[in-house]
Amino acid sequence: MTHHSKDNLQAEAKVLLEAYLQKEDQLKAKDRTHIPSQIMPNQDPLIRRYNLEEVSLGFTAEQAQLEAMRCLQCIKKNCVLDCPVNINIPGFINHIAHGNFEEAIKIVKETSLLPAICGRVCPQESQCQLHCAVGKALKNVDQSVAIGRLERFVADWERESGRKVLPDVKPPTGKKVAVIGSGPAGLVVAADCKREGHHVTLFEAFHKMGGVLRYGIPEFRLPNSIIDEEIATLNDMGVELITNFVVGRTRKLTDLIEKDKYDAVFIGTGAGLPIFSGIEGENLVGVFSANEYLTRANLMRAYDKEHADTPIFSSKIVAVLGGGNVAMDSARMAKRMGAETVYVIYRRTENEMPARKEEVLHAKEEGIEFRFLENVKRIIGDNYSCVNSVECLRYELGDPDESGRRKPVEITGSEFIQEVDTVIVAIGNGSNPLISQTTPQLKVNRKGNVLVDGTQKTSMDRVFAGGDIVLGAATVILAMGEGRKAAAAINNMLLHDIQIEKAALEEVCNNALDI
Amino acid sequence: MYRFAFSLKGTPMNIIIYKEQLSKDVFLMRISAPLIAEERLPGQFIILQTNDDYGERIPLTIADANTDEGSITIIFQVVGKTTTELSRFNPGDYLPALVGPLGKPTHIDNFGKVVCVGGGIGVAPLHPIAQALKNAGNHVTIIMGARNKELLILEKEMNSIADELVICTDDGSYGRKCLVTQPLEELCQQIIKPDMVFAIGPPVMMKFCSLTTKPYNVFTQVSLNTIMVDGTGMCGGCRVNVNNEVKFVCVDGPEFDGHLVDFDNMIARLNAYKSFEQKKMKCFVEDSFKEKEVLL
Repeated sequence: MTHHSKDNLQAEAKVLLEAYLQKEDQLKAKDRTHIPSQIMPNQDPLIRRYNLEEVSLGFTAEQAQLEAMRCLQCIKKNCVLDCPVNINIPGFINHIAHGNFEEAIKIVKETSLLPAICGRVCPQESQCQLHCAVGKALKNVDQSVAIGRLERFVADWERESGRKVLPDVKPPTGKKVAVIGSGPAGLVVAADCKREGHHVTLFEAFHKMGGVLRYGIPEFRLPNSIIDEEIATLNDMGVELITNFVVGRTRKLTDLIEKDKYDAVFIGTGAGLPIFSGIEGENLVGVFSANEYLTRANLMRAYDKEHADTPIFSSKIVAVLGGGNVAMDSARMAKRMGAETVYVIYRRTENEMPARKEEVLHAKEEGIEFRFLENVKRIIGDNYSCVNSVECLRYELGDPDESGRRKPVEITGSEFIQEVDTVIVAIGNGSNPLISQTTPQLKVNRKGNVLVDGTQKTSMDRVFAGGDIVLGAATVILAMGEGRKAAAAINNMLLHDIQIEKAALEEVCNNALDI
Repeated sequence: MYRFAFSLKGTPMNIIIYKEQLSKDVFLMRISAPLIAEERLPGQFIILQTNDDYGERIPLTIADANTDEGSITIIFQVVGKTTTELSRFNPGDYLPALVGPLGKPTHIDNFGKVVCVGGGIGVAPLHPIAQALKNAGNHVTIIMGARNKELLILEKEMNSIADELVICTDDGSYGRKCLVTQPLEELCQQIIKPDMVFAIGPPVMMKFCSLTTKPYNVFTQVSLNTIMVDGTGMCGGCRVNVNNEVKFVCVDGPEFDGHLVDFDNMIARLNAYKSFEQKKMKCFVEDSFKEKEVLL
C-alpha cells in the first residue's frame, strides 16, 4: 500500500482545481464524474501505529472544493433521504464547490449539531454515500462523493478558523429538563432544549463528559479535543454539567421528577453492558470486554503509561473477537499499546463485516491480521489462570439467513490452537440495566431496551428516551437523530405546559380585576 | 472546569470533613456527600479518584453515613499509589471525583442467629451490616480477625453491637491466637447452628470461611472487592464465576453466596496488574522522597 503525503495530495488538487475552475461554466455531469475522487490525507501507517494522534488528517481546502465539484446536484437527492438527520447535502456541497465554506457549515448545522463528530464516525458508505448518483455512474460506492469528509472539512474549518458562534439561547422559561447520559443522544437533547430557554442539567456517571464518544471511540479516530469543544459549547450556552452522578443510584429517576422538580427527563444511557459469548475460559486473566479495554485506554488514559495510574494489560499476541467498529478500535488500540501481533477473528467474510470500510482499511494498513471464517470455541489458560491460547474453528459460508447475509457454517473437525496472551471480546453490547432495574414503571423489551413511541416518549409521563438504550448498539448518528426527535417532543410538551400555565394565570388576573 | 462541587441542595460536596488514622496503614475519613449519604444502604460502595485526569477509579465500601451532616465514612488501607495519595488528603481538601452509592444493598432481615466475620480492613464494611442486622432483631455474634493487635480496627464499635464478640489474631498478641475460621467452625458445630454467616475480608479469608460453613450447610454471604473501572456494569472487569455463571460484582453484587463463588479465579483476576501496581507504587514513593529532598 502506497502512502500519499498531505503535501503531494494538496499540490495535485491545487493544479486540478485551477484547471476545473476555469471551465466551470461548461462542466457537464459526465465531466464532473471524471474529476478524480480525492484521497483522504492520512498519517503514515508505519508511524501512526505507534501513536494516538488522529489517523485521518482531513481534506485541504483545495481538495474539499474539488471533491465538492464532483457532486452532480441531482434532483433525486438520495443522499438526503439516506441521512438519519436529513442534512441538505447537495446544498452544503454546492457552497463548498464555490469556496463558500461559511454558508456550507450553516446549512449542515441546520440539521446536524455535531458535524465534526459525525463527519468522522458516521458509516457514510451505508448511508448518504450508498445511493449517490456519482457512485452509481461509476459503478462503485467508493467513488461516491465523499460527503462525510466534506462535512468534517467544513466543521473543522469553522472551528479552526475561530468562526464558531454560540447558538442562540432563548430567554429562560423556568422549565427544567434532566438529560441522563452525555453521549451523542444526550448532547443533542441538552443543546436543543437549552436553545428553547429551558434549564438543562446533563448528568454523567463517569468523571468526564462525552459517554461513548469519550470512553469508546479512540483518540486516533475522534480526538478528545473535539469532544471537549462540544462540551464547552454546552457549558457556555448555560447547560448545567454534572459528572459522577449515576441516575438510578445517586438519585432515582422518579426523584428527579418528584423531588427535584424536573419537568422532563431524557434517558440516553446507551448500550453499556458488554456481551460475552459464554465460551469456556472467558473469565481467565487476559480476557477483556472491548468496553473495558477501550475505557482503560481512552477515558482512563492508560495509553499514557508514564502518567496514568490505571493499568492496561501488556500483550504480545492479541485476538479480537468480532467484526464491528468496536472490534476495529480495540485491535488498533492494542497495536498502539504495544502488541506485536493482533488478530481480528470473525466468523464471516470481509463482505459481511459491519465495521466502516475505512476503519477496516486503516486496520489493515496498520498491520492488523484478519482471520475470516474462523471463530473461537474456547479460551485456554495456563496454571496461573492466564490466557495462553484459543481454540479456533473454521467456517464456510452457507445459505443466506433472515438478515440476508450468508450464514457461516462450521467445518467439523477443523479445530486448531492459536497461541495468544490476550483476548478482547467485541461481539456487541446490551442495554445498561441500571435505570430500568431501579425504575420498575419504565417499560422495556426482553433485551432491556426502553420502549418508546414515535416521539421517543417512554411508558412514563414526562420521560423520554433515545439512542442505544432504545436501539440497542447502533451508531452515533442514529442516536443523534433520536435525540433531535426527543428534544422536539420535550420542547413541544413544555411549550404546551407554559401556554396552559399562562392561560390559567391570565384567568386568575382577569378574575381578580373583575372583583 | 465542570466540577460538581455542590449537591442539588447547594451544600458543598466531596470535602474531607474528618480524618483519623486507625492503625499503621488504615485511615478513616468522613467526606461531605449529602446525596450519597441519603441514598446509601449497608453493603453499598463508592468509587473515588484522587485526580480526575490520570487517576485511577478505586471502589471503597461505605462504612457509615450521617444524613444530618450529609457525610459518608470510608475506611481504607494504604496498599498502592491511589490509597497512599488518599491518605495524604486532609480535612478541608476536595476529592475531585466521588460517585455512588453503587452495588446492591445487603438484604437485611431477621434471620435469627447470625455470625459476622470480619478480617483486617474487612471489619469496616462489615460494621454497617452488623448494625443493621442487630437493628432487625438478630442475635449477632461478631468474629474479628487481624494479623496482630495493632491492625485491629473498630473494636469498640463492634463491641457495642455484638451479642458476642470473638477476637482472633494470627500472632496471639490479642484475643485468641487462631484464624477466624476456627471460632466459626465451633459455632457451626453447636446444637443451634447459625442461620446465616456474613464474611468480609481478604479473598482467601472469605474462601476459607465459605469452605468452613459448607459442610454444615450454613448460608454464607461474602462481599467481593474485585478490580473495577466504572462500577455501573459497563466494562465487566469485575466479573466473577458464581455457580458457573458470569456475574458482575458492581451491579449484581458485591454480595454473593460464598458457597457458589469461584474464589481461585477471582484471586487470579485480582492479581492481573500486580507488577504494574508495584512499579507505580515504587515510582510514586521515590518521587515523594525526591519532592521532600527538594523541600529540605
